[in-house]
Amino acid sequence: MRTENTGFPLSDKLINDFEVYLPDIKRNDTNKTVKLREDAIAEFHKLGLPTQALEDWRNTNLTDVYNESYNHYYQTPEKIDDIDKIFQCNVPHLNTLMLAMLNGWYVSKGNDLTKLSNGVIYGSFAAALKEYPEIIEKHYGKYADITKNGFTAINTALAMDGFFIYIPENVEVKQPIQIVNIIHHEHNICLQTRNLIILEKNSKLTLIHCDDSYNHQKSLSNTVSEIYIGENASFDHYKMQNVNNASTLINSSFFHLERNARICSNGLSLNGGILKNDNYVKMNGEGCETNIYGLYLMDRKQHIDNLVFVEHLYPNCYSNELYKGIMDDNASGVFNGHVIVHKDAQKTNAFQKNKNILLTDKAKVNTKPFLEIYADDVKCSHGATVGQLDTEAMFYIRSRGVSEHNARMLLMYAFTDEVIQKITVEPLRYRVEDMVKKRLRGELSVCDQCVLHCSHPEKEFNFEIDMTKV
Amino acid sequence: MLLNIKNLHASINGKEILKGVNLEVNKGEVHAIMGPNGTGKSTLASVIAGREVFDVTEGDILYNGKSLLEMSIDARACEGIFLGFQYPVEIPGVSMTNFMRTAVNEQRKYHGLDPIPSGEFLRMMEEKKKMVEITAKLTNRSVNEGFSGGEKKKNEIFQMAMLNPTLSILDETDSGLDIDALRIVANGVNKLRSPENATVVITHYQRLLDYIVPDFVHVLFEGRIVKSGGKELALELENKGYEWIKESL
Repeated sequence: MRTENTGFPLSDKLINDFEVYLPDIKRNDTNKTVKLREDAIAEFHKLGLPTQALEDWRNTNLTDVYNESYNHYYQTPEKIDDIDKIFQCNVPHLNTLMLAMLNGWYVSKGNDLTKLSNGVIYGSFAAALKEYPEIIEKHYGKYADITKNGFTAINTALAMDGFFIYIPENVEVKQPIQIVNIIHHEHNICLQTRNLIILEKNSKLTLIHCDDSYNHQKSLSNTVSEIYIGENASFDHYKMQNVNNASTLINSSFFHLERNARICSNGLSLNGGILKNDNYVKMNGEGCETNIYGLYLMDRKQHIDNLVFVEHLYPNCYSNELYKGIMDDNASGVFNGHVIVHKDAQKTNAFQKNKNILLTDKAKVNTKPFLEIYADDVKCSHGATVGQLDTEAMFYIRSRGVSEHNARMLLMYAFTDEVIQKITVEPLRYRVEDMVKKRLRGELSVCDQCVLHCSHPEKEFNFEIDMTKV
Repeated sequence: MLLNIKNLHASINGKEILKGVNLEVNKGEVHAIMGPNGTGKSTLASVIAGREVFDVTEGDILYNGKSLLEMSIDARACEGIFLGFQYPVEIPGVSMTNFMRTAVNEQRKYHGLDPIPSGEFLRMMEEKKKMVEITAKLTNRSVNEGFSGGEKKKNEIFQMAMLNPTLSILDETDSGLDIDALRIVANGVNKLRSPENATVVITHYQRLLDYIVPDFVHVLFEGRIVKSGGKELALELENKGYEWIKESL
């Protein structure tokens, strides 16, 4: 069911912005991309912002977010000189190529766009649109379906920047690329960020994508990522979310896999007001492999909504989803897993699992793993659990002398371990282990929580995180 | 006296299981508690360890002269009580090493000691593993996960060795064991015996008592200890069966 544009202040503002700022917005565009914007705004007129009337948004209420007023920016921000100081990752031994984004704009030092001798291109999406229109036009807007929901439509209409990564055929990028996006503004801010990642045939990339925030300020970040994984290419993706409690992140990732391509995506959500992560995976050839994992630790009034939509179109493909969450206080969560196995997709293996622990009787999870199968020779399973910590295990651990508090810690940590062990970048895994332990113990200071090493932490990082309940 | 159970009544969900148990255990002694299924043997073990699902409605459990009833599960363990589980619990994601290190250090903390140095801990692990003939590396294995029945029981005795309790209650440690595993488990228990500690063995069968020789044998029947004697009582039970007890009541 579609709903009419319900006329929230935010949707009116966004439509108005398109009319007023279009000359600014489209200044890097090609004819084709301008056309995409026009189609998208028309679609947004129809769709409006998603409300709970839509099945995929039924348990996520964004009314307050839509009624808020935000600043919107359609101009490239000024370069920051001491960018290297602000953006320093303190994960030990995590040797990554780090790219910085501020409020969704690419702000890394040096060129907006870098082309390496092996043909790898990375940098600002806006710059890439100017410099490599032929690459962009081939993929841009092809995978992100603007009819899915209003957020994808309005992003396509308004987004100007984000990151762009291009890996040519037969190139294996050994060093992971790390994108750190910081949301930081003195006023409420609404962002439209657009990322495009292209992995050509037989290529390989590991991407670590971190969303962090600096202050208390409200923000709504609407990010759309299109990821093309060519034949036999391999993509490892880590998404870390640590934003303040006034932040709303809407993340829509569209993965398009060609024959024998594989992806592994691991979403680690440690903090945030409202987090909505939609992963759409289309396996457009035989022999594809998709692993999507998620771990979320929510407390207070935080809300997380994970959606995974996987399409099996051809035979012999594999997909596996594993999402685990611990909810404390009044936190709420949603899991929607939807796998479609089309008629021709014989010998499909598809698995979905969502497990939750509720620490209080006010915490809540709505989970719906769902299989839609039209082929007859498949192996599929789905399951979901929502429960408390195992009382048998609690007794067993405590009977060895371990205090109730620490027994809970051990069990909660053990619960998260299954997802953490999927992290194959070792230093990142150690760091996440550490962060999760601290998060569960309630010892996570804002500085620890942030993967960055800020130049003046004490002054900037002052929002309060209370996790003593865990 | 190490353990003095006086007129203990305990129930679960309003149903009374223990109906006035009396038992005295001194340091240096081994007691066997026998009896047919469903008479409260495991309940007695759980209640001593502090399992919260049971309500103690009457009586008391004194340990070193102090009542256990107000003490938490973990405080009882730190005071030196160890329960060997009939069905050891699998805990995926918690490694044996981490589990034991936490337990050892928590107990040390309780007694005002610093955490055990890493090297010393690992040496102790290796030594105690040998004692119960555990050859597998425990570092990367989750607690009891994927362990065979025999391995689980050996693992209980391994933990007992690591924690060096004053009072060990072994709940049907022999169930599900083949004769080799039974011998290993029993040897472990015997090696840990000293004049400073005591063991209560709960079992159905005489078989275990060939290996762990008790000083006293008690028969628990319908929530009460109805007969006590020396080790010959176990043999008599083996020959005559529990019907003999029922008839004599």
